[in-house]
Amino acid sequence: MTNILPRKDVVIVGLGWSGAILANELTDQGLDVLAIERGPWRDTATDFNIGYAQDELRYGIRRDLFLQPTVETFTIRNSPSETALPLRDFGSFLPGNGVGGAGVHWNGHTWRFWDSDLNIRTHLTERYGAAKIADLEVADWGITGAELEPYYDRFEYLAGISGKAGNIKGELQDGGNPFEDARSRDYPLPPMQMTYAPTLFAEAGRSLGFHPFPTPSANLSQNYVNPLGIAMGQCTYCGFCERFGCANYSKASAQTTVLPVLMKKANFEVRTDSEVLHVNLDASGKSARGVTYIDTSGQEFFQPADLVILCAYGLHNVRLMMLSGIGKIYDPVSGEGVVGRNYCYQTNSGAQVFFDDKNFNPFIAAGALGQTIDDFNGDAFDHGGLDFVGGAGINCIPTNGRPIATRPTLPGTPKWGSAWKKATVESYKSTLAFSSQGSSYASRNNYLDLDPTYKDRFGRPLMRMTFDFPDNDIRMSNYVCDRMEEIAKTLGGKQHVISRRKKGWDSVPYQSTHNTGGAIMGTNPAKSAVNRYLQSWDVPNVFVIGASAFPQNAGKNPTGTVGALAFLAADAIRDQYLRNPGAPLVSA
Amino acid sequence: MSYRSSVRLNRRHFLSSVAIFLAAGTSASFARSISGSLPWQALASDPPIQVVPGGWYFFTPQEAATVEAIVDRIIPADELSIGGKEAGCAVYIDRQLTGPFGSSSRLYTKGPFLPGLPTQGYQGEANPAQRYRAGLAAMDAFLKQRDGKSFVELQPAEQDAFLTEMEAGKIALPNGIKSAGFFGLVLQNTMEGFFADPIYGGNKDMVSWRMIGFPGARYDYRDHVTKHNEPYPQSPVSISGRPEWLGKGI
Repeated sequence: MTNILPRKDVVIVGLGWSGAILANELTDQGLDVLAIERGPWRDTATDFNIGYAQDELRYGIRRDLFLQPTVETFTIRNSPSETALPLRDFGSFLPGNGVGGAGVHWNGHTWRFWDSDLNIRTHLTERYGAAKIADLEVADWGITGAELEPYYDRFEYLAGISGKAGNIKGELQDGGNPFEDARSRDYPLPPMQMTYAPTLFAEAGRSLGFHPFPTPSANLSQNYVNPLGIAMGQCTYCGFCERFGCANYSKASAQTTVLPVLMKKANFEVRTDSEVLHVNLDASGKSARGVTYIDTSGQEFFQPADLVILCAYGLHNVRLMMLSGIGKIYDPVSGEGVVGRNYCYQTNSGAQVFFDDKNFNPFIAAGALGQTIDDFNGDAFDHGGLDFVGGAGINCIPTNGRPIATRPTLPGTPKWGSAWKKATVESYKSTLAFSSQGSSYASRNNYLDLDPTYKDRFGRPLMRMTFDFPDNDIRMSNYVCDRMEEIAKTLGGKQHVISRRKKGWDSVPYQSTHNTGGAIMGTNPAKSAVNRYLQSWDVPNVFVIGASAFPQNAGKNPTGTVGALAFLAADAIRDQYLRNPGAPLVSA
Repeated sequence: MSYRSSVRLNRRHFLSSVAIFLAAGTSASFARSISGSLPWQALASDPPIQVVPGGWYFFTPQEAATVEAIVDRIIPADELSIGGKEAGCAVYIDRQLTGPFGSSSRLYTKGPFLPGLPTQGYQGEANPAQRYRAGLAAMDAFLKQRDGKSFVELQPAEQDAFLTEMEAGKIALPNGIKSAGFFGLVLQNTMEGFFADPIYGGNKDMVSWRMIGFPGARYDYRDHVTKHNEPYPQSPVSISGRPEWLGKGI
């Protein structure tokens, strides 16, 4: 039997980065806001305890803070002709869980997408002609870089991002990224102190004529008090960042930037360990009545609400829409349907340079501490004579020396025995690694839908992911790998290895938790699930916030853009939607 | 309002009263409503539980002897370190197999179980505890038939040769057990034990960390960040400190 609860103005599904931002903005407006979070409550003092946060086995390998596949997983395959099977354990990507979401254990790379990433179809068509992107489903976001700039600014100042501007109001700045769009002001904090490997990488890049700059980081270079009055501490370069919670209040997350203010508000409540099963629609299917959730006692509750905001991880947002009947599910054969289309990922590759005479102290590190070269990202370079579009950031961001997972050895080294041990000791401190993080562009047969066979713990279909790297993206990645090889040769060393991305996406080794799309924003209700304010075209009192809204992914980490979109949606709800609740902000 | 702290206290009491070892982080949390303040509670944290060597909780004595022999070939004693057996890698694996890792309790274990592509990851029905039980039995049965000896009775060079063939998938173990897959599991777990914090039973006295120069559970390197190419001067610490702090000596 379902228990019916008292009505709320707003229900937010998921209390991570975007949920915390939306909740804080809308409670400021006087609304009665409830967040429902599938995972547990987490706070720094209790759960990211400085006495044992540095536990690689528990947090890095067993992934204590992450979503467990027994709670929800996905079935996966490379093409529609294959049978999808469940990810019995996560590998290639690792969704978060609990209050703070994946923002608890992210690295902290905080990028802005460029106007040419957002107006991508228009931009590429004008510059190269429509034939250049004929095989791809790349789509405009329906919003310009200039429109998004104030929201990036708000997120960066909320989070205390450490970096160096490359372009302030059109004036190029020495030491920053010359390819970025104009920003209204510099980052709130200066760059972090630089470790040895990124320093050498930047020198090599400069000698080749490239433009390295400090990676914008949510690991704080200095103590900081954010605009909400919340104090954060300087990063201590401990090397237990990604996959770990920060015990120092030095990594921006919902816990360190929003929750201390939000939790004190009488008009905010969070219910934890409570999983939303679906959004309830009225008989017309065009208005949400609230959500149904189940808690750890196994009881079901119906929570009525005037406005429902999906702020779960992007993939979970998409599945909730499918399970709730919000928007038609995409069909790759007909090309029709909006929910599940334009699923994209990240096209990465790696490089290692082995030295005899250097000591990089790899354990002195932070999740986002390093240097980036953007000369070959997005459309920063001319693709006129090239057989692809898109690009990659080339990043030297050595995040850790945690030895269960980080033990580079020369190619051909045995995996065990005395020869393995000797090679491990030789290379542990003296290996420089860098990587490319490439764009992932939508194509017709990369999509999400519901699996016909496998069910979750409540008997509901798992979401099925069909994905492989499009040929365009493989060509892009190979081109950037050639540039990486130039950098590796310049760095010297006794040997280098370039690990190129190949077709046949492999779900086992970790690659990236940048799963984007599936509920994309856009200008055309036939080809997008939400409008430019993240409002569902089909059910206007539902907003869907997250990287699920990206029509394709750039060669950049998505969190900065997710944070900006959260502020954009909050403004749209406050300044426009609440004047006429339930009405679409963009007419279809 | 918080029932988590009382649950955790009860759990710790339970653990100290009976000798059942769960891997850290398995405590259940329960649905709760939080409003009006940050709900910090004293003693609500969930620290790891130190593995104490002595006895076997999962392995039979025969299985334990085989695993100790294997980990001593994967990580042999030489001029760089003690061997995997003395480091505690078999104890580590034994304790892991009694917890959520061994039972796959965090993983997706619903059927149907179909053979997949390598890119779809492990699709077997057996959990790690079952794979060890079956894999070790299959190894012994194979060797008894081929050599008339068990693994522990082989010479180290013979053990290395056998493990090398296992790794390459060239050994046809009985009961359809894939030798490369089983070896891969043992290799993964041995390395985890050797390089994890010593509280988990392997990496005795931080031997692997001393070997490669990893300073362990330190949390502040600000004074060394820009000392490029200079060795870090401090020796490692574990979550439980250093042996000399505990009065045991190194």
